[in-house]
Amino acid sequence: MWDYSEKVMEFFKNPKNVGEVENPDGVGEIGNIVCGDALKLTLRINKKTEIIEDAKFQTFGCASAIASSSVLTEMIKGMTVEAASKVTNKDIADFLGGLPEEKMHCSVMGMEALEKAIANYRGAPVVKEIVGEEKIICKCFSVTDKKIIRSIKENNLRTVEEITNYTKAGGGCGKCKPEIEALLKEFLEKEGTKKKTPPKKKTEKKLTNLERISLIQDTIEREIRPQLKADGGNLEVIDIDRNKVYIKFLGTCLGCPATGVTLKTLVESKLKEFVDDNIEVEEVAG
Amino acid sequence: MKNIVYVDNNATTMVAPEAIEAMKPFFTDKYGNPSSMHTFGGRVHKDVEAARESVASLIGAGDPAEIIFTSCGTESDNTAIMSTLKAYPEKRHIITTKVEHPAVINLCRYMETVGYRVTYLSVNEEGMIDINELKSSVDSDTAIITIMHANNETGVLFPIEEIAEIARVRGVVFHTDAVQSVGKVSLKMTDLPVDLMSISGHKIHAPKGIGALYVRRGTKFSPFLVGGHQEHSRRAGTENVPSIVGLGVACRLVQKGLGDEKAKVKALRDKLEKALLEKVPDSRINGATDNRLPNTTNIGFEFVEGEAILLMMDEKDIAASSGSACTSGSLSPSQVLRAMGIPFAFIQGSIRFSLSRYNTEKDIDHIIKNVPPIITRLREISPYGK
Repeated sequence: MWDYSEKVMEFFKNPKNVGEVENPDGVGEIGNIVCGDALKLTLRINKKTEIIEDAKFQTFGCASAIASSSVLTEMIKGMTVEAASKVTNKDIADFLGGLPEEKMHCSVMGMEALEKAIANYRGAPVVKEIVGEEKIICKCFSVTDKKIIRSIKENNLRTVEEITNYTKAGGGCGKCKPEIEALLKEFLEKEGTKKKTPPKKKTEKKLTNLERISLIQDTIEREIRPQLKADGGNLEVIDIDRNKVYIKFLGTCLGCPATGVTLKTLVESKLKEFVDDNIEVEEVAG
Repeated sequence: MKNIVYVDNNATTMVAPEAIEAMKPFFTDKYGNPSSMHTFGGRVHKDVEAARESVASLIGAGDPAEIIFTSCGTESDNTAIMSTLKAYPEKRHIITTKVEHPAVINLCRYMETVGYRVTYLSVNEEGMIDINELKSSVDSDTAIITIMHANNETGVLFPIEEIAEIARVRGVVFHTDAVQSVGKVSLKMTDLPVDLMSISGHKIHAPKGIGALYVRRGTKFSPFLVGGHQEHSRRAGTENVPSIVGLGVACRLVQKGLGDEKAKVKALRDKLEKALLEKVPDSRINGATDNRLPNTTNIGFEFVEGEAILLMMDEKDIAASSGSACTSGSLSPSQVLRAMGIPFAFIQGSIRFSLSRYNTEKDIDHIIKNVPPIITRLREISPYGK
């Protein structure tokens, strides 16, 4: 059972501002039934003062989705459009006295519906915009790289699990998790706040070449190959030269646009973890 | 504790008061170890064997020695499957279904990672497998067919008589997870060529932490827990005597009332189901209606989300469960309902009501009175619920 705050339960049981504003000046819709939650936000805005005079919502979803939507309408009523555009998902969650981690995406949904409603008021099309550079990472829940990066930034996320809790990305089939991890790693490296990994217990003793090769092979069999196979892929070790491991991808990995990511986040990182921090993996053309 | 209307009996059940009474002495005066040589322990052995007879009798087993006590349904499932794979090391193929309990399906997925081939049989919208698909899946490499008797989410019953016969003819071991069906439908193992069958205590008013595995005489077996000689060296570990005694009593109670109570529970379930479908538009039963457990109904309410329904029912002291994404602990809704091809709009709003013999007419009236307004209310909030 979820540990909901009293405020969440109060707004769930007695939600305020349910319904639709008549002749709305701004409409924001997000989500769908497959995702498990959806929100339609309608606003009446005074064109002279730009003050949000009324806000109503309709939500399909769990208790925290309903509470997040309702509390959002309460928060923004009386605000100027400018001030409302600065409301973040964190504000919504804070107002509710916090949300369970797994439910943070409900507050994100509120923020996104609000952004859409404001964009709609300002004349942007209501249809979902997926601009050129944006790429859908999670196909199950249609989550883009832009949304993931933004969530990482705004909520100081540090693990794939946290990203799933906030954006739902990776919460369906889970196949995009390596890509999410790569996005996270890239972001953290850019920020220069790369998480300090605790020192790993590796053999202190210097490995002989034979030992190193056998450890690399063991690691591939135990940690790497099963994961590739789960997705219908595989790999072949072509050569090992000190810290350089040359591999070839097989099966569904062939021609998969994500092999670059798999190479780094799965193959190389596992070998670094279990064999040597200096290992580099290179893909050999077939 | 407030009085609650508990209709989540496929999750777990109330322990029968008679079982609790029978267990008490085994925590105090009769704490001996049944393996001991002294009378103090030895007499406890007799109580364990009496319980074994009660379990055997409930399922119509020919010999009480065919019953092994385990710690839970999951252990029984794991033991059955792993034991069989070990007995036939040259065979590397498992047949199961897409709607098995995690205790079976996740073990099968794991076995795939260690080199086994697994066939997951599909189900149709009624939740039923295709017997011809099963027949054509069996080959000379098949070590075990493991198919549940009753589905925990929908209550749909698989034709284990037919499956067992196919397995027997083809010379393949057949295991069935009967955790949901034992005590709810009649079983007679002497007439049913099932080789291995899993039973769980806490689904039939015995405590949690006790299960059993039926192993037909002549079935190749190797233990899952290795250690002492308990259970004729088929399951090591000192017997959980109080719970074994509780399970024995629970089985006797179930067997005594099986006919009458089945009819009573079914009548209550049917009344509940009929009233909800009548009173709530855009609702449906998920799964076959005729061929299922007498205590279970899985109803989909379109345009509303299951967790919200459950929490509002909770306010009215009704305890049930849902297959929606939000309640599953992951973001994906029920795999069972998805495998059946139920539309997402109904899966997200699916509620499972599972009754027991302790439910009353008053309970059902309380649900019928309180649930329809909850759905109406949530549909007023939902953007889809016009």
